[in-house]
Amino acid sequence: MSTDNVTFSAQASEESVAGSYDTTEGRIYNVSGGDWDTVSGAPEGEHDRIVVNMGPQHPSTHGVLRLILELDGETVTEARAGIGYLHTGIEKNMEYRSWVQGVTFVTRMDYLTPMYNEAAYCLAVEKALGVTDQIPERANVIRVMMMELNRISSHLVALATGGMELGALTAMEFGFRERELVLDIFEMVSGLRMNSAYVRPGGVAQDLPENGAQKIRDTIPLLRKRLKDTADLLVDNAIWMGRTVDVGYLDLAGCMALGITGPILRSTGLPHDLRKSQPYCGYENYEFDVITKTTADVYGRFLIRIEEMEQSLRIVEQALDKLRPGPVMIEDKKIAWPAQLSIGSDGQGNSPEHIREIMSESMEGLIHHFKLVTEGFRVPAGQVYAAVESPKGELGCHIVSSGGTRPYRVHFRDPSFTNLQATAAMCEGSMISDVIAAVASIDPVMGGVDR
Amino acid sequence: MTDSGMPAVPQGVEELDIIGIRHGAFGTTNGGDTSGFGGLVDPIVMPAPATRPFGGWFDEVSDEIELALGAHGLPATQAIEKVVIYRDEITYHVRREHLVAFVTLLRDEPGLRFELCLGVSGVHYPDEARRELHAVYHFLSITHNRRVRVEVSVPDGDAVIPSIVSVYPTCDWHERETWDFFGIEFTGHPALTRMMMPDDWVGHPQRKDYPLGGIPVEYKGGTIPPPDQRRSYN
Repeated sequence: MSTDNVTFSAQASEESVAGSYDTTEGRIYNVSGGDWDTVSGAPEGEHDRIVVNMGPQHPSTHGVLRLILELDGETVTEARAGIGYLHTGIEKNMEYRSWVQGVTFVTRMDYLTPMYNEAAYCLAVEKALGVTDQIPERANVIRVMMMELNRISSHLVALATGGMELGALTAMEFGFRERELVLDIFEMVSGLRMNSAYVRPGGVAQDLPENGAQKIRDTIPLLRKRLKDTADLLVDNAIWMGRTVDVGYLDLAGCMALGITGPILRSTGLPHDLRKSQPYCGYENYEFDVITKTTADVYGRFLIRIEEMEQSLRIVEQALDKLRPGPVMIEDKKIAWPAQLSIGSDGQGNSPEHIREIMSESMEGLIHHFKLVTEGFRVPAGQVYAAVESPKGELGCHIVSSGGTRPYRVHFRDPSFTNLQATAAMCEGSMISDVIAAVASIDPVMGGVDR
Repeated sequence: MTDSGMPAVPQGVEELDIIGIRHGAFGTTNGGDTSGFGGLVDPIVMPAPATRPFGGWFDEVSDEIELALGAHGLPATQAIEKVVIYRDEITYHVRREHLVAFVTLLRDEPGLRFELCLGVSGVHYPDEARRELHAVYHFLSITHNRRVRVEVSVPDGDAVIPSIVSVYPTCDWHERETWDFFGIEFTGHPALTRMMMPDDWVGHPQRKDYPLGGIPVEYKGGTIPPPDQRRSYN
C-alpha cells in the first residue's frame, strides 16, 4: 500500500472520529470507525492480503462458527476457526443437578444427536454404578433402535445443510422432509422431537407406546425409498461431484494426528467403528457393515453418510425383530424410576400402578419414591469413561463421582469439537468455495462443539 | 474405621486418596439439627492404587511401559506415581516432568500404539492438598483395541503442565479448553488462549471455587433460588 493511501486514511479517520457531548448522566463520547492502517501502520512489502471473518452469523458456516480466513485472491492461505459462541456451561451446570437430571442437559449439547448424548452419559453413569450387566434386554434394543434412527436424522441434516451450503436446495428440502419422518417416531416414543431426555440411567424413560413398534416398521419402507431418492439426486450429479471430489482432502496420518473419528476417518479407508470394536448396548448382536471409502475427500464422506443410513435401517429392522416384551428399566429400586407409563386423562405420562402403591398401600414406598426423585441416587466415588460411535465420531463421556447425588465433574469429548480442528488442514491452499464444502463434510454442530 | 473417623488404610496401600470430607447426612447447614445425623463425618476416598498382578491386558501394557521407560533410562517408579484400576479401566498417574516422554512412548512403541488421543480435560479437587488440579488424558489404541487414562496432578499455585501438542496435535484445542476452564497452563503450547470464554474473561469457570451464578426466579408469589443456592444433598 502506498504512503499516499496511509495519509489519506489517517485524515479520513481523524474526520470520522466524532466528538463528545454532555448529558445529565455525564459526558458521552462517540467513537466511530477508524482505519487499521493508522493504528498498526501499513504493512511493508505485502500486497492484497485480506483477512475475512466468515461468520459467526453466516448461512453457510453450519451454525455459529466463525472462520477467520486469510485470502490471497480467491485462495485461502490460512484458515482458523473461532468457536465459543454457543457455550452454555452444560458441564458446569450438571455439577448442580442430580445424576438423572443430567440427562436433560446432555441431550441439548449436540442437538442433532440427542440419543447419542444421552446414551454416552447413561452408559458412563451405569459403568460408575457397576450395573452395566443389569440393563434389561428390551431397554438396550430400544436404545439401539433410537440411536440408529438418530444416526439417519443426523446424517440427513448433514446432507441437507451441506447441500444447501453448496447450492443444492432440493437436497436440503428432501433432507429435512425425511428427517421429519424420524422425528415423528421420536415424538411418538418420547413425546419430544428433539431434546427428548429419553435414555435414562438404568434404561429408558418409558416403554414404546402401543403399536409403536409397528409404526416404526411401517415407516422404514417409506424412509428407504426416500433415502434412495435423495441419494439418486446427488450421487452421480456432475455439479455435486465437481464441488466435492478431491476437495477437503485429509489422509489417515492427518486424521490420527488430529484425533479425527467418524465418517472423516472412515473416508481414509480405516474401518474404525466403536460399534464393532468396543460394542455397547448389545451391538455385537447386530449384523451391519462398516462403510469405508478411500478417497479421503468430501465426496467420500458424503457417500459414507448415504450408505451408513442404509446400514442403520438394517439395524433398526433387526432391533424390531429382537424386541421382546419385558421391563425397560433396571430392576434395582435404588436407581429405577417408574418407566411403564401410560397417558392419563390430564395428558401426562404416569404409572397408575406405582401411584396406587405409594399413595394407598406403602408408606415406605412413598418415602422411597420421594427420596429417589428429590435427592437421587448416589454413585460410588471414582471416575469412568464411556464412549459411543455417534454419527460424527467418538462421543466420549468422562465422569467423576465423589460418592454424592450429583456428578463431581462431567466432561464430554464431543466429536464435532475435535473434528473441527481439521478445518485448517483441509482448507489451506484451496479455493474459498472449497472451505464451505470442507466444513460441511466435517459436519460440526456448534451445540456440541461449545457445550 | 479408626478412632479418628477415617477409614483404615488397606494393606499394600501407602495412603488413601482423600478428596474431601462430607459432614452431616442431608446437606443442610442452616437450622438446628434434630435428626442427629448432623455429626456424621465421612471422608470421600477415591479408588485405591492397584498392585500387581493387575489382571487381563493391564499387566501386558504395564510391562511394555516399564520396559520402554527403562530403555530410555527412566525408572518406571520415577515417572509413574501410581496405577489405579477401577471399573475395568486403568489410570496411570504420571509425574508432570515425564509426561511428554510417557505419551511419546504410548504413541510410538509397537506394543502400545495408542494412536488416538481423545483429548485432555481438567478436574478440580480443592480439598486435595498440593494436588488440587488434575489433567486427565484418554488414549485409544486402534491397533490393540485398548484404552488407557493418564492423569497428572499439580498444585493450585503452580498449575503448569508440559504441553503434548508436539506429540498429539489433537490436544491443541483440548489444552486451550482446559486452560480456559481450569487455569492449567500448558507450557510449550503454540498459542494458549481461551477457547470458549471471551478473551478478556476473568477467572476459570469450571473450577469449584467459581460460582455457577444465576438469579432467583419468581413464580406465582414463590421465589426459587438459583441452582447453586438451592437445598442440596451431599
